[in-house]
Amino acid sequence: MSVAGQTSPSTMTATPAPAVVIDGLHKQFGALTALRAVSATIHTGRLTGLVGPDGAGKTTLLRILAGLLTPSTGRASVAGLDVVVDNDAIHHATGYMPQRFGLYEDLSVLENMRLYARLRGLDTTRNADLFAELLEFTRLAPFTARLAGKLSGGMKQKLGLACALMARPKVLLLDEPGVGVDPVSRQDLWRMVQALTDDGMAVVWSTAYLDEAERCDSVLLLHEGRLLFDGPPQRLTAQLRERSFRLENVGAGRRALLTAALDLDSVSDGVIQGAGVRVVLRAGAASNDIRALAAQARVELAAVPARFEDAFIDLLGGGPGGTSALAERLPPVELDSPSAVSCRDLTKRFGDFTATDRVSFEVRQGEIFGLLGPNGAGKSTTFKMLCGLLKPSSGQAQVAGHDLRHATGAAKSRLGYMAQKFSLYGLLSVRQNLEFAAGVYGLDGATRRGRIEDMIDTFDLGPWLAAAPDALPLGHKQRLALACALMHRPPVLFLDEPTSGVDPITRREFWTHINGLSRRGVTIMVTTHFMDEAEYCDRVAMLYRARLIALDTPDQLKRRAIDSARPDPTMEDAFIHLVEAADLQLAAA
Amino acid sequence: MRRLPSSLSFTRLHAQFIKEVLSILRDPRSRMIVFAPPLLQLVVFAFAATLEVRNVDVAVYDQDAGRWSHELVQRLHSARFIAQVRVVDNPAQVRDLLDRGKVIAALAIPADFSRTIAAGGTAHVQVLVDGRRSNSGQITVGYLASIAAELGAQADTDGAAASPAVVVRHWFNPNLTYRWFIVPGLTGILALFSALLITSLSIARERELGTFDQLLVSPTSTLEIIVSKSLPALAIGTLLGLLMVAAATGPFGIPFSGSFVLLLASLVLFILSAVGIGLMISAVSMTQQQAILGAFAIGVPAVLMSGFATPVENMPLALQWAAQAIPLTHFLIIVEGSFLKAMSAGDVLGNLWPLALIAIATLSMAAMFVRGRLQ
Repeated sequence: MSVAGQTSPSTMTATPAPAVVIDGLHKQFGALTALRAVSATIHTGRLTGLVGPDGAGKTTLLRILAGLLTPSTGRASVAGLDVVVDNDAIHHATGYMPQRFGLYEDLSVLENMRLYARLRGLDTTRNADLFAELLEFTRLAPFTARLAGKLSGGMKQKLGLACALMARPKVLLLDEPGVGVDPVSRQDLWRMVQALTDDGMAVVWSTAYLDEAERCDSVLLLHEGRLLFDGPPQRLTAQLRERSFRLENVGAGRRALLTAALDLDSVSDGVIQGAGVRVVLRAGAASNDIRALAAQARVELAAVPARFEDAFIDLLGGGPGGTSALAERLPPVELDSPSAVSCRDLTKRFGDFTATDRVSFEVRQGEIFGLLGPNGAGKSTTFKMLCGLLKPSSGQAQVAGHDLRHATGAAKSRLGYMAQKFSLYGLLSVRQNLEFAAGVYGLDGATRRGRIEDMIDTFDLGPWLAAAPDALPLGHKQRLALACALMHRPPVLFLDEPTSGVDPITRREFWTHINGLSRRGVTIMVTTHFMDEAEYCDRVAMLYRARLIALDTPDQLKRRAIDSARPDPTMEDAFIHLVEAADLQLAAA
Repeated sequence: MRRLPSSLSFTRLHAQFIKEVLSILRDPRSRMIVFAPPLLQLVVFAFAATLEVRNVDVAVYDQDAGRWSHELVQRLHSARFIAQVRVVDNPAQVRDLLDRGKVIAALAIPADFSRTIAAGGTAHVQVLVDGRRSNSGQITVGYLASIAAELGAQADTDGAAASPAVVVRHWFNPNLTYRWFIVPGLTGILALFSALLITSLSIARERELGTFDQLLVSPTSTLEIIVSKSLPALAIGTLLGLLMVAAATGPFGIPFSGSFVLLLASLVLFILSAVGIGLMISAVSMTQQQAILGAFAIGVPAVLMSGFATPVENMPLALQWAAQAIPLTHFLIIVEGSFLKAMSAGDVLGNLWPLALIAIATLSMAAMFVRGRLQ
């Protein structure tokens, strides 16, 4: 593979010039500071991860490096060229793949590639070799005649990558290439990027998934425009040596145990991992407290390797406490039906396309139930039918004992819903949003006033009441959305990708509330594409190609993927294993 | 928790109504769309868009220079529609002025003009018109012909035998003031577009924000959604319509001779039918941009076919039938009749029931469309 062009490891000098030099970069958009004094170097032949949650400044930095934005102050150079002074030359030295790559959906794969070749000034007739090589590399050769609009998310990203590689750039800038790509295609992208760096190209891979950071040679960790860390991810996780533990096989009491652990002074962070609880101790804290807690709960305490996410949270000063002020105030939920949510042979067809195919399951009261699957697997269609946003073509769905097709009004007042992008009214103030949420669920008079005051107290929204939701910090925005969804105290809560793009601290706080709600008997239905978030669920339903391919506890799902190569598989491994098995089954049938 | 009736709850309706009003008033885009175009249209239509010919120049090539040709040129000078009479002394100049569009028409008065009139014969004046401006040119010819006719009448009274002249009297609008016709019609057009735009943006805006799903999972009913989205548009549309009526009777001095109560009732029904159309557009639009395009794609042909610009009777039969389905067609008849004709209650009601029918039809279809989003 020689897409990267002339530079190959053998011809490189021992200490090559850095591919990118960033010096005191600052970028201001009106009142918003996107980058603050960022300085770093990026080396050739390495995969550099640009890691941070949404709004950290990743895209701004990449666009400055691609010569599409000028910095407010500070300098940056790519392949020895200044991004401002040598702006024209920058476009030849860099390959930039934006989040939504500009593919022409009505052109075929090959036509898109030709177009980008011509835009780069290449003679398409003389570059048949290059095309063949790129198609081979991206494994798109069988699909050259297919329209780009008809490709899957993963294939689109690969085509985008092929187009970005057209000019044989020295530096490849990829803005969140892993978004909207199923784990199998993501593996493919990693393999391709690995091959490019082996050939001496500098590749920058930006991501909001912290688990992706661990696969990079070097990491730039951005948070709110500041560079928090620059170096190999192992160096960051090494700081946490002997501070990460797991309370093994806790089982049913794990949510209570997590709360207890997080309320210990010596514990800085903790999450649920399947049947276990993972905790990280504060720097310099002794492990006595957590050992005592393990002994009290009669569970085993095992030291585990630190993860990048642990290190990130540690850098930010630890996660939030374990007690949910929200759950404390909520009365326990009593349901008069045996199952909180159930569906039988749930099917949805759009024309001759079946989005959900005979899905059946039952969710017990107080359970946290996850729906997992790649894009287009029918996960959101199923979810929407369960909460009444879509009518099933056939089959039944019940929420809290109500059939959604008949008693919709009654069933709807028993469920709460929180959508991906928080779905708040941006033109209304925080208080008006709360008033609306209460009013639309028919609360009035003293009840309404009481509930709204309760939510304001619980979520500390007092100082923000007159502000617009968009002016709130992300964490507060999430609290407001949760407050609106829970105003009418629903026994069943639907969460659609609730934490995508959210920083890990905000995500921790969110799950603290969800855990608390679950302990109060609220049933939680959640869709997520964060594999480690699936670990919070009591049970996970895996959807693939409109079918339910697996339904089990996270630990059981992982256990199925155990083989000699992966003795301790992650949720992502389990997912890939199940999808591959399903593909084999479909091929055999 | 209180028991909730299934289809209409005052609490839920109230919450949604407040939300809608705040969304319209706080959204700068929505504010622009609701308030700027009406005022702009009022100014443009009332002052600039007119079918009358004003402020044009004409050339006169007077080869006669006798008493009657002088009389004619004097009359041209005093004619209100002419800004300047350019007197030229050779045909080449006439050609040049017409060519460069300096004048819309040129009169060539022959040398025997005064002589022929004095002899009691019929004198002729050649009128050359700029055919590139055919519409204004024709109107100019009409004006010139009436000046010539007056001159002829005067020549006759000077002589012995007075020939009878035709006297035209225009009813309802004696001076044929164009504004008297266009401003009442604008009431309908402005109310139509504001109602159409406010409602077509309303669901699309929520869909962009993602709040529409949030609304659909709540126990609120389709009826409540429709009502809460209709009321603000109805209020703003009615207000704009009434402002136009006030402007027409006040600053524009157009006589209002019909029944105000009946006009108000038809205005409300008319806006309700527009609200239904707007909500249908909104229910099928994925973005606000699509909604605005949709509103104009429906609104502009509706205006063109309503009889505002060209009489419905001049259209092919099929389009005449189609025009009956356009609420503006009926409202224009009522509003123009109420201003100028002192339209009787019976006649108003005759055009009111089709409006009521259309409103019921569009609003029920809007409800179906909104419910259809749940499929």
